Amino acid sequence: MDIDLMLRVYPFFIEAAWVTILLSVLTAILGLTCGALGAAARLSRFALIRFLGAAYVSVFRGTPALIQLFILYFGGPQIGIQLDAFEAGVIGLGINAGAYMTETIRGAIISIDKGQREAARTLGLSQWQAMYKIILPQAARLMVRPLGVNLNMLIKATALVAAISVIELTYTAQRYIGSTYKPFEMFLLAGILYMIIIYVTGRGVAWLDRKVQIN
Amino acid sequence: MTDQKHFVEIRHAQKAFGTLEVLKDISLNVERGQIVAIIGPSGSGKSTLLRAINDLDPLTGGEIILDGVQVNKTLPHRQYEKHINEMRQQIGMVFQHFNLFPHMTARENVTMAPKMLKGLSKEEADALAVEQLDKVGMLERIDYYPSRLSGGQKQRVAIARALAMKPKLMLFDEATSALDPELVDEVNQVMKKLAEEHMTMIIVTHEMDFAASVCDRVLFMDKGVVVEEGPPEVVFRNPTQERTREFLRKHLAGAK
Amino acid sequence: MGLDFSVVPQYLDIILLGCAWTIGITVAAAILSFFGGIVFAVIALYAPWIIRQPFRLIAWVFMSTPLLLQLFLIYFGLVQIGIDLPAFIAGIIGLGLHFAVYNSELIQTAILSVDKGQMEAARTVGLSRSQALRKVVIPQAVRAVIPPIGNNMIALLKDSALVSVIGVSELTLSAQRVIGRTYRPFEFYLVAAAFYYVINLGMEWVLRKIERRISISR
Repeated sequence: MDIDLMLRVYPFFIEAAWVTILLSVLTAILGLTCGALGAAARLSRFALIRFLGAAYVSVFRGTPALIQLFILYFGGPQIGIQLDAFEAGVIGLGINAGAYMTETIRGAIISIDKGQREAARTLGLSQWQAMYKIILPQAARLMVRPLGVNLNMLIKATALVAAISVIELTYTAQRYIGSTYKPFEMFLLAGILYMIIIYVTGRGVAWLDRKVQIN
Repeated sequence: MTDQKHFVEIRHAQKAFGTLEVLKDISLNVERGQIVAIIGPSGSGKSTLLRAINDLDPLTGGEIILDGVQVNKTLPHRQYEKHINEMRQQIGMVFQHFNLFPHMTARENVTMAPKMLKGLSKEEADALAVEQLDKVGMLERIDYYPSRLSGGQKQRVAIARALAMKPKLMLFDEATSALDPELVDEVNQVMKKLAEEHMTMIIVTHEMDFAASVCDRVLFMDKGVVVEEGPPEVVFRNPTQERTREFLRKHLAGAK
Repeated sequence: MGLDFSVVPQYLDIILLGCAWTIGITVAAAILSFFGGIVFAVIALYAPWIIRQPFRLIAWVFMSTPLLLQLFLIYFGLVQIGIDLPAFIAGIIGLGLHFAVYNSELIQTAILSVDKGQMEAARTVGLSRSQALRKVVIPQAVRAVIPPIGNNMIALLKDSALVSVIGVSELTLSAQRVIGRTYRPFEFYLVAAAFYYVINLGMEWVLRKIERRISISR
């Protein structure tokens, strides 16, 4: 193992890790937003909106994220969408993650016993009041863990933007593998940084999960 | 609008799920302060009727009128929502499985709706919680979460929660059916107390003894129709219908 | 430059060939990941400590790093140690091992939940520990996790697009090649997406059939 080389190039990897982190954070924010909207659509009382929500989930979960990214980044200009690689990465991955999060959020909401909604409604609460005062606080507790799984997948999925040349961890590893012919060392450098990000995120999710479960 | 004579009027109530008729033309009047028990085998439609009164299971035909106002109006969505939420504030409901809000303490369960819908201040709400939880004998557990209460205690808190909205009418949907036998009595005691205060109540129950002791009137339902109706001493002692006799034979024998 | 789908039909043969490769790679990797998952699960649970612990660490590394990075490691790593495999073989190995690790996690949980009573029952009729595992515990555990493994296989199909990056001529790379000639990325990536969607539906249909058969034979 070429430790010398690793010591020489690791600063570039750390720099790239920050890009991965930034990508992950922005993608997670966009994904959660899309997920909340998607879940609301799937639970709407209007059939058309429910259909649109279901179509969103089906299409974005039924096709590879990489292809979605390519359509947005390479095909976007043809329909007047000009994005740089980083923007396309955040938007493409965010919308993709949102489709998975839609199902997570919806799953948590519909798993709340229907007696809860009925009890709230019999007291005179409106649909919306019952949702945000009774259903959502309970569903939120159930969501933390599966959303954590979504987040874990999302962080790993940020590697896909290497394919559109965003200089993040995987792209950096790929470039140094090409120039140094040391695939194992470069994998190790990038891998350790990914593992740190995944580990810290996982602990954060576990902490949040414990915190919301109290009582 | 309606020639109101009775406090609660159910007129020609019908309910069908597809081709399955659960309620077939049921009419029932309840006077202010009266207590009516609905008994019958499972699948008789008794819970459906009760849940139709506050439009939780909307009727497919007929009218429900409470204190001169029709509950199950056909209105555009927004207006219906506003109307039904106002009506439901006047109709308390107690469920078989309590349906307490698990993320709220007993106090919060009781005060949530009054604070939200009637704009009670924190002090007023606290006073209300103390008053209602005291009435059901749950004052010492005021800051407990439901997960730390027994079934009977949960149901008493659920009753306090419904009472906190100061309803005109209380509906009990098999309130003691999910309880261990030794916990049934504490809930029955609370219901008796409400009876003494002349709360108007409609009770779906399996407890024939309880129905006999507190109710002014008993309805025996089977297969979506009212088979027999009358004062408990008549329905329980001298039923005129064969179906009633058969049901009581099974049930009273089973209970003993 | 607007959209023009009229060029699509003349390149459809290339796209369809790509589809065939995608299906082939997916099926091969799925089979590898299924049996690999069983082997990995047994190692992670029953191998001696000295093997088990490093193995678990490696499994954790594979679950905490992106598939794309792993594909680069396998593809270039094999070359470096002198094994020059065709790209599609490297792709199948990469995808197969990656998902074997995920399948292994599912199977381990299932084995542990089946193990207790069933192992004891099997031992009382005279089976050795490894016989009991092979004949009683593992078959039951695997059956129990067929639905979630099916979900992993669906994910595998979509992740198979990543092997385009190491030069496997499957659907995504085929689309890229056509785009290289036509300069119509939107049209052809959309066509590729449509084919993925259809293959995905087909795969879900097959998995539902398998699940139903298993639940009947239980």
